[in-house]
Amino acid sequence: MRGQPTNKRLEKHHIENLIGRIYMSFCVLLLIVIIVSMVYFVASKGVANFVSGEVKVSEFLFGTKWSPEADTPSYGAFPFISGSFLVTLLAALIASPLSICAALFMTEIVPGWGKKLLQPVIELLSGIPSVVYGFVGLSVIVPFLRDTLPGQGIGVAAGALVLSVMILPTITSVAADALASLPQNLKESSFALGATRWQTISRVILPTTFPAIMTGVVLGMARAFGEALAVQMVIGNAPFVPHSLFESASTLTSVITLGMGNTTMGSPQNNALWSMALVLMLMTFVFVLLVRMLERRNEI
Amino acid sequence: MQFKKSWIMALTLTSVLALSACGNGNNGGNKATTNTGGNTPAATNTESSSGTKLSGSVLASGSTALQPLVEQVAEEFMKTNAGVDIQVQGGGSGTGLTQVSEKQVDIGNSDVFAEEKLKDAAKAAELVDHQVAVVAIAAVSNPKAGVDSLTKQQLIDIFTGKITNWKEVGGADQAIQIINRPASSGTRATFESFALGTKTEDLKGSIQEDSSGTVKKMIGETPGAIGYLALSYLDDSVKTLNYDGVEPSVDNVVAGKYPVWAYEHMYTNGEPNETVKAFLDYFLTDEVQTGDVVELGYIPASKMQVSRDVAGTVTPK
Repeated sequence: MRGQPTNKRLEKHHIENLIGRIYMSFCVLLLIVIIVSMVYFVASKGVANFVSGEVKVSEFLFGTKWSPEADTPSYGAFPFISGSFLVTLLAALIASPLSICAALFMTEIVPGWGKKLLQPVIELLSGIPSVVYGFVGLSVIVPFLRDTLPGQGIGVAAGALVLSVMILPTITSVAADALASLPQNLKESSFALGATRWQTISRVILPTTFPAIMTGVVLGMARAFGEALAVQMVIGNAPFVPHSLFESASTLTSVITLGMGNTTMGSPQNNALWSMALVLMLMTFVFVLLVRMLERRNEI
Repeated sequence: MQFKKSWIMALTLTSVLALSACGNGNNGGNKATTNTGGNTPAATNTESSSGTKLSGSVLASGSTALQPLVEQVAEEFMKTNAGVDIQVQGGGSGTGLTQVSEKQVDIGNSDVFAEEKLKDAAKAAELVDHQVAVVAIAAVSNPKAGVDSLTKQQLIDIFTGKITNWKEVGGADQAIQIINRPASSGTRATFESFALGTKTEDLKGSIQEDSSGTVKKMIGETPGAIGYLALSYLDDSVKTLNYDGVEPSVDNVVAGKYPVWAYEHMYTNGEPNETVKAFLDYFLTDEVQTGDVVELGYIPASKMQVSRDVAGTVTPK
C-alpha cells in the first residue's frame, strides 16, 4: 500500500528529470549552433576577398592605403588595426590605475560606506548606452581638447578618454571581486608583522591579486577593442595611421559601422569590411585566451 | 513550481520562435504580397482609390536619408488602407539595394542609382526605379570662416587639399578643417559627382562623420570647418555657401540652376505587385508631394523642371 505513492513519485521525478534534461540539451544545442554558425559566417565572408584573389592577405593587414571607391581600389587596413590597438591600449592605461584605486577604496580602505556609494555608481556607468558616451564625448571632451590642446579635439585622445570611462566599470568590478575574495589571514599576518596599511596593500594584496586584476584589465581591453559607436563619433575616422594623439584616426569598428550599410553585399569593399570583422573576432579570441591563461595562473 | 517551470519553457519557446521569425520574416512578407497579387488578378487595372480592398504586407529597407519620409507616408497610407501593413527599415542604401535585388524586401530605398552601387549589371537591370523625391546638398562652413560663396574650382582645391586656409579664398586667416562623409556614403557621392565633378581621396587629418546631425554639430563648433549637408538640415548654426554664385534654394534646384542634387529612389524587383504599386503611386500624388515631401525638407520629384539619368546628363523635362 505504501509502495504505490512512492513509485508514482519516483515516476514523476523521472519524467521531470527527463523534461529538464531535454530542455537543457535543447538550449545548449541551440547556443552551440548559433555560435558556430556566427563564427562560420564571419569567417567565410571575411576570407572571401582573399580566396577570390581580390586582395592579398599581406596587403590587407599591412597596406596603409584605404581607398575602396577609387578607380583602382586598395584595401589596406593597417591604419584601422593600429588605430584599434592604440585607443585600446591608451584607454587601458588611463582606466586601469583609476579602477584599481577605486577597487582598493571599496574593499580595503572604506569597505563600509565607500562600497555602498561607489558600487552603484560604477554599475550605473556600465548601464549607460554607448551612444550617450559618444554624445557626451562629442559635447564635452572634444570641445575641451580643442580649446586646451593642439588639433581639432577630435582624434585618438578623445577616443581613448571616452573608452577609458566606458571600461572603468569592467575593470573595477573584476578587481573589487578579486580583492574581496582575498583570504583574510594574509592581511592579518601582514598587520601582525607590523606592516602599515600601505605596505600591506602594495606588498601583499596587490601582488597576490595581480593575475585577477589583469583579468579585469584584459576584459576591459576586449570591451574597448569591440566598442564601435562612441569611438566612431569622436575619433574622426580618417583612414590614416595617426602621428599624434590629437589627429583624426580610425578603428576597425568605426570603419565597419560607417561602411557596412552603404556598401552592397558581395562587393569587394563589403567583403573587406567582413575581413575586418574577422580580425576583430580573432582578437576577441586572443583576449579570451589571455583571460584563460591569467585565470590559470591565479589558481596556482 | 509547476507554474514557474512552464513559464520558463514558454519564454524560451517564444525566443526561439522570434529567432526563427527573424530569418523567415522577410520571406513571409514577400509571400503575403505575392498572394495578394495572385488572388485578385481581375483587379489589377482598377485604381486603389476606386474602392478595391488592398491587403498584404510591404517591407521596405535601405537609405536612412529617405527613411523618415517613407515612414510618414506609410503611416498615412495604412490609415486609408486598413488591410495593408508596411514596415520600413533603415540600414543604408547598399543594404536596401542588396535586399531588394535578393528579393528579401519589396522596396529598396536608395540615395543613388542602383547601377552605381550594384557591381552586377544584370542584377541592377532587374530593378525598377521609382523616383519619389529629390535631395539637394549644399556646401556649408563654420560661420566664422568669412566666406559666402565658393566656385567649383575652389571647392575642388579645398577637398583635394590644395587650399588649406580660408584666406586663400577670401576669408579669415583660419586653417580649413574638412568634415567629410565616409567614402561609401550616398551624400558624399552626390556632392563629389555634381559639385566637384570628381572623386576625392580622404585627406590626412580630415574628419568623417556618418550622421548629418553630427556633421552639422561639428561644422558649427569647429573653427574653419567645411562640409556639406542636405538642405533639410541647414540652419543658422552653419553658413550655407553659394555654389558658383548660385544660392542652394529649392527654387534654384527645381529650375535646374543649382546642380548639386540627387533623386531618392525606391526600387522594386521587377514590376511591383498591386499593393506595392498603390503605395508607390500614392507617393507621387500631389497630396504627398506637396505635403509630406516638402514638410520633411525634400524637394518634390514631380516639380522638377529638369531630369537626370544615371550618367548624370541633365535634360529639361
